[in-house]
Amino acid sequence: MDVGRHPKIKLLAYSEIEEITGYIGNFHVKVRKKARYVDEIACTACGECVKVCPVVKPDEHQLGLATRKAIYIPFAQAVPASYLIDMEDCLGNNPIACGACAEVCDPRAIDYDQKDEILELDVGVAIVATGMDVCDPTILDEYRYTKYENVITSWEFEILTGPGYVTRGELLRPTDRKVPKSIAFVQCVGSRAERRGNPYCSNICCMNTIKDTLYLKEHHPEIDCTVFYMDIRAFGKGYEELYKRSKEVGVKYIRGIPGDIVEDRKTRNLVLTVENTTTGKIQRHEFEMVVLSIGVIPRPDTETVQRLLTLSKAADGFLMETHYQLNPIDAPTGGVFLAGCCESPKDIKASVIQASGAASRAETLLSAGKVKVEAITSEVIPDLCKACGICVDVCPYGSITVDRKAKTPASIVEAACKGCGTCGAECRFDALRMRHFTDDQIIAMIDAMFEERPEEKVCIFACNWCSYGGADLAGLSRMQYPPSGRVIRTMCSGRVAEKFVWHAFRKGAPVVLISGCHFADCHYIDANRWTQKRVEKLWDKMEQKGIRPERLQLEWISAAEAVKWTRVMHAVEELRKTVTREEIEETMRILSEEKGK
Amino acid sequence: MAEEPRIGVFVCECGINIAGTVDCDEVTEWARTLPNVVFSVKNRYTCAEPGQQEIKRFIKEKNLNRVVVASCTPRMHEPTFRRCCADAGLNPYLFEMANIREHCSWVHSDRKKATEKAKDIVKVAVAKARLLEPQEELEVPVTQAALVIGGGIAGIQASLDLADAGYQVYLVEKEPTIGGLMSYINKTFPTMD
Repeated sequence: MDVGRHPKIKLLAYSEIEEITGYIGNFHVKVRKKARYVDEIACTACGECVKVCPVVKPDEHQLGLATRKAIYIPFAQAVPASYLIDMEDCLGNNPIACGACAEVCDPRAIDYDQKDEILELDVGVAIVATGMDVCDPTILDEYRYTKYENVITSWEFEILTGPGYVTRGELLRPTDRKVPKSIAFVQCVGSRAERRGNPYCSNICCMNTIKDTLYLKEHHPEIDCTVFYMDIRAFGKGYEELYKRSKEVGVKYIRGIPGDIVEDRKTRNLVLTVENTTTGKIQRHEFEMVVLSIGVIPRPDTETVQRLLTLSKAADGFLMETHYQLNPIDAPTGGVFLAGCCESPKDIKASVIQASGAASRAETLLSAGKVKVEAITSEVIPDLCKACGICVDVCPYGSITVDRKAKTPASIVEAACKGCGTCGAECRFDALRMRHFTDDQIIAMIDAMFEERPEEKVCIFACNWCSYGGADLAGLSRMQYPPSGRVIRTMCSGRVAEKFVWHAFRKGAPVVLISGCHFADCHYIDANRWTQKRVEKLWDKMEQKGIRPERLQLEWISAAEAVKWTRVMHAVEELRKTVTREEIEETMRILSEEKGK
Repeated sequence: MAEEPRIGVFVCECGINIAGTVDCDEVTEWARTLPNVVFSVKNRYTCAEPGQQEIKRFIKEKNLNRVVVASCTPRMHEPTFRRCCADAGLNPYLFEMANIREHCSWVHSDRKKATEKAKDIVKVAVAKARLLEPQEELEVPVTQAALVIGGGIAGIQASLDLADAGYQVYLVEKEPTIGGLMSYINKTFPTMD
C-alpha cells in the first residue's frame, strides 16, 4: 500500500523489462507496460464491471481453486487498486459481441483499444528481486497428487485456508466438503532429493508446516495432525519455540518419508506406507487428507533477468552473489544487487533483511554520486587500423564504429566498452590494444610458463567470471587434482587470440585448454560464441598442419562447477601424458618453420 | 615505458593455508632471481594490516614501481592490494597477483610439486608485471534513480528504503499487482499473524 502512495516510487505493474544497456551508475532501461485495457488511475475498483462480465475463468491467484471473470483484480488489496481485462477471453474485442463492462463503468475507465506502452528509464543502480517459484509435485508420482483429490500441496493449503477463499479460512476435505478428522503433512517433497526434485534444502517448508499444524489446531483441536519428516529444521529466532508449541498441542512427528500413498476407494481416505526411521519399522497410517510440503525452485524466467544484466547462476539455478560470505548482496555486475529469493530460498524475514541490505548497498553508490570504472577497455591504434570492420561485427556492446568506405580508423566509446577483448583477439592487424591484458603481456606470460620443462605443463586460459571462479571454488572446496595446469586469466575467453594458442604450441606446450562461461552465462553477452568459432578454426588449421587437434581443448565451466573444473584438470593431465617429447618437438618445428617463411 | 621495472614480490603464507603445502621461503628466495625483481619478502598474512604496511613501506624504501603479491585469488583481494598500492603513490594497475592458494596450495598435497608450481605461477605473474602500464580509471556520475525488478516482499522493502532515503525508484512488476508470493500466504511463522 505504501508503495502505491510513495511520491518517490513509480510503480510499473504488469510490466516487463525488454532491454537494459549501460554500466554501473548509468543504466538505460526499456520497459514494456502491458495494456490493462482499464485506466489504472481512473478505475475506482468499485467492481461493477465484474458483476456484468459474462466470462468465467479459473483464478490464477487462487491456483485455479476458484474462479474470476475476464475483467478482474488479482485480490482485494491489490496494488495498484485497478482492474484489468484478460484480453484472450474478453468478448469486448468485438464491441458488438459484448462491451458490458464499458457500459456500467461510471468513471469510463475501460478502453478496449489500449496499447502496450514502452517506457525508457535512466537509473544508476538496479536491485534484482525476482523471487522464486514453488516446486511441481507431480515429479514424485508415488504421492499420486494428480490422481487423489484429497492429496493437496502446502501451497494449495494456503489458498484453501485463506480468508479470501469461499470457505472463509475453513479447511474442507475436497471430496466431501467436511472438516477432515486426520491430516498428514509430508516434508521435503522436491527438496533434498538427488534423484527427483532438487538436491538443496528449500529452507522454509519445515516452519511452514509447523505453522500450518498450529493453524489447524487453533481452529480444530480435535484434528489429528501428523508430520512425516527427515529432520525438522527450526533454526531461526522463535522457530524452535514454535516447533515445541506444535508438539505441545498434540501434533505428532514421525521421522520417515512415506514411500507410497494409496487411496481407499470407498472412504477416499489415504494410506501412507512409511519406514519409521526411529523405530526401524515399516508402518501404515491412514488419514483423511494429505498435504505435500513442496519445496521451492528458481523462477523459470531467471534466465531473462540473468541475460538482461549478465548475472551468474549457481548450480542450483538461483542467482549467484559476488562472494558467498563477504559479499552476499552484490551481483557480479557492477551496480546490481540481489534481494530475496532470487538468490536462494529464504523466509520473509531473511528476504526483508537482504532487501534492506541491497537498498543500503545501492545507496552507497547513489549517495557517492560518482564511481570509478575499471580501466580495462580496448583502444585503437589508428596507424595500424585498416577499417576492415571485423571489430564492429564482434563487439557485443556495439561500442565500436568504423566507416568502411571512408577507410577512417575505428573508434571506441570507452564508457560502453566492457573489456572482453574479443575485438583485440579478432583484429588481424594488431590495431586494437586491450588495456591490462595486452598481447605483449600474454605472450610474455606464455614465454615464462614454458621456459623450463614445457612438456610437463598444460597452458590454461580461464575467463575471469566463470572458469577462473570455478577453479577458485575447487580450491575453496579442497578438491585435489594434478599440478600440471598453469592458468592465464583473461576477462573473457573471447580475448584468447589465435596467436596465443600458436605461441604456446611453438614454445612446447603439450596441451592448451581454453575455458569460458557457458553460453547463457557469458558476462559479455555472447562474446564466447566467438571463442567457439575461433577454436573451431584453430582445430581445422591444426589438422592441416599435422598437429593433433585434440591437443587444444575447449571447455565451458561455470563459477559453480568446481567438480567439472577438477574433472577437466584430470582429463587434460591424461591428455598431456599422451603427448610425447617427439610430438612436441615436431609441432615446434612445424610452427617455427612457418614463422620463418 | 622508459622507466626500468623494479618489481617487489610479496609471498603470503596465509597462515598455514599456503605455507602448509608450499615452501614459501623457497618461493621468496627464488623470486629474487627473476628478471627485474629487486626485492622479495614473505608475510604471514599479506592482506592483513601489517602485510599491507610492509607493501607500502617497501614501495618507498626499495623504490618499487611494480608489485606482485603471491597469495589468493584476485577475485578476492585484488581491490585490497590495488588500494594499498595507490595509498603508497603507485598506480593501482602496476599491481599483479599470483594465485598460489586456490589454484595451488589448496588443490595439491605434494609439497615439492606444489612448490614448483607456485614458483611457476609467480614467474608468470612477474612476466606480466614487467610489462604492466599505469591506467587511469574513468570516473562516471551515478544517475540518481534506482530500478527495482520484482514487487514481492524483497522488492517492496528495497523500494521503500530507497524512496525513504530520497531516491527516485522505478519498481517494475511483471504481474498486475505487487505482493509476490507473500500475497498468497495466509499466516506467517513464527508469529502466526
